[in-house]
Amino acid sequence: MSEFLQQLLNGLSLGAIYALIALGYTMVYGVLRFINFAHSDVFMVGAYIGYYVGNHVPAGTLGGGMLVLAAAMIGCALLGMTIERLAYRPLREAPTLNVLITAIGVSLLLEYSGQVFFGASPRSFPEVFPVRSLSVGGIVASSNQLVVIGVAVLLMVALQLIVFRTRMGMAMRAVSLNPKAAQLVGVNNDVVISFTFGLGSALAGAGGILYALNYPSIDPLMGVMPGLKAFVAAILGGIGNIPGAALGGLILGTIETFVSGSQWSTYKDAIAFSILIIILLFRPAGLLGRFTVEKV
Amino acid sequence: MPKPLLALAAALLVALRVSHFSDRIDPYFLDVLIGVGINILLAVSLNLVNGYTGQFSLGHAGFMAVGAYSSAAITVLWGPRLLGEDGGSSAQQAALFLVALLAGGAGAAAAGLLVGIPSLRLKGDYLALVTLGFGEIIRVILQNVDALGGALGLNGIPDYTTVAWVYGFVALGVYTVTCLVHSTYGRGFIATRDNEIAAEAVGLNTTRYKIVAFVVGAFFAGVAGGLYGHFKLTITPTGFDFTKSIEIVVMVILGGMGNTPGVILAAILLTLLPEVLRSMEQYRMILYSLLLVVLMLVRPQGLFNFNYAAIAARWRRRLTSR
Repeated sequence: MSEFLQQLLNGLSLGAIYALIALGYTMVYGVLRFINFAHSDVFMVGAYIGYYVGNHVPAGTLGGGMLVLAAAMIGCALLGMTIERLAYRPLREAPTLNVLITAIGVSLLLEYSGQVFFGASPRSFPEVFPVRSLSVGGIVASSNQLVVIGVAVLLMVALQLIVFRTRMGMAMRAVSLNPKAAQLVGVNNDVVISFTFGLGSALAGAGGILYALNYPSIDPLMGVMPGLKAFVAAILGGIGNIPGAALGGLILGTIETFVSGSQWSTYKDAIAFSILIIILLFRPAGLLGRFTVEKV
Repeated sequence: MPKPLLALAAALLVALRVSHFSDRIDPYFLDVLIGVGINILLAVSLNLVNGYTGQFSLGHAGFMAVGAYSSAAITVLWGPRLLGEDGGSSAQQAALFLVALLAGGAGAAAAGLLVGIPSLRLKGDYLALVTLGFGEIIRVILQNVDALGGALGLNGIPDYTTVAWVYGFVALGVYTVTCLVHSTYGRGFIATRDNEIAAEAVGLNTTRYKIVAFVVGAFFAGVAGGLYGHFKLTITPTGFDFTKSIEIVVMVILGGMGNTPGVILAAILLTLLPEVLRSMEQYRMILYSLLLVVLMLVRPQGLFNFNYAAIAARWRRRLTSR
């Protein structure tokens, strides 16, 4: 039983990270109807920003940790907005296939530039939050895991507040429902889309830091697998649906942790893709999504 | 293409002639030539799926992997038993190789069927990701099958690939794809790409066209994989991952989706470029990805996609206006 609870805790910790990244995917899909392939590499850049900043702050302090988190979030937000401005905005009217290919191109560009500039060999992420080991009942939890879950929950609550309680959030919802109508009532689509990218990328940056806390080895290609799995999580919950992304992330993280603790652990990467295929075959709208009929 | 059957025969003859003289050609050039041929086959097969039918598939390397492993399994695991102790005569080896390649292609075609069927309901982004997922699943499965070497790969594959084999299959592949698409049946592929709903409304079974595109494309990718395996003599599952799929996709996009001569040129260019840019090896993938982005922003129809009719008309006007 305690084994089960232990795995559950691990799964929630991993799932919280997937949820943060999935939120970025789902928000961008909501306003632009396109999958931002480069999102997983923004996650990687966040981890590296954390690495460089973390080496200059006092280790193991709460203040240092918050500084690293903030730096990564701001840096990634800027990166996301730059990518949108340079690579996606000129293709706003183009067929979605072209934008998809561009997104793949940007993703590869970030990955391979990272390999050249950061070096392909993995680096060790510094300890930025004070690490303590807590033991409750039969479960051993590292304080890093609790930090991950805590920060993720805080960020998701903040996102919920932004989207549902601010004017910018209302504008985001308007653009995702109907971009042309939003323009008609005076919403500046370009600003809203930039803001969405910035917000999603900031969450990815936070996800990068949190991931690096639990798995302290970072390399330029670290974003590929978590990014793909977070995308599956976003689809699982219903793409375009914010609570759905969070739910999908938690479910996927938990399933993956249980699989990696079982005898089929080498297949854990294939599990995410199998879930993707099953969901797309049987319930393409996702768990919380609504299926829209395509009209001609 | 006028008199396609004649062109096919001519191409096969040229391939055999070049191979006959292969011991007088520098082995490095031979290797590059074989590499170019394999990439042309891969690009043309993907062109059928991506370019002509509009199904954006990112898992083509998975089909290549299935073909490579199937054909290698036959030559490595069954070859010694079938050929006997002395390795068999060259005719027997050739026959074994042909059987292995066709089996590889058939295996890949079966995989293409498996991938094609779920993909029927999906469009654009979702299809791209599901095919990507399939490619990764194939890779993970191959990594876990210890009989085929597991993560360390399969070694000791006999060196059967020659210029004749490669270009023979390239000629066959180009012939098949071109004839398929330019036939009356083949109009359905292009109709499916242009507007699927209208095609369905006119009575075309777009489902069947999509499956046929996947299966034929996968078959040739499998054959290319078999040729690749018997060329490199050792194959690992990680060599057939997402990066390889992307390399093939870049060739198709650079050449212009649905433009076979352009895709062939792009395949040649993108195989020769790493050789020419050997000194800048580490920047190669950065250049590739930058190329993708810039291409989409500046010339989305591909570098080699020329509107021959318009160019011809312009020249005629220029010549007659004097």
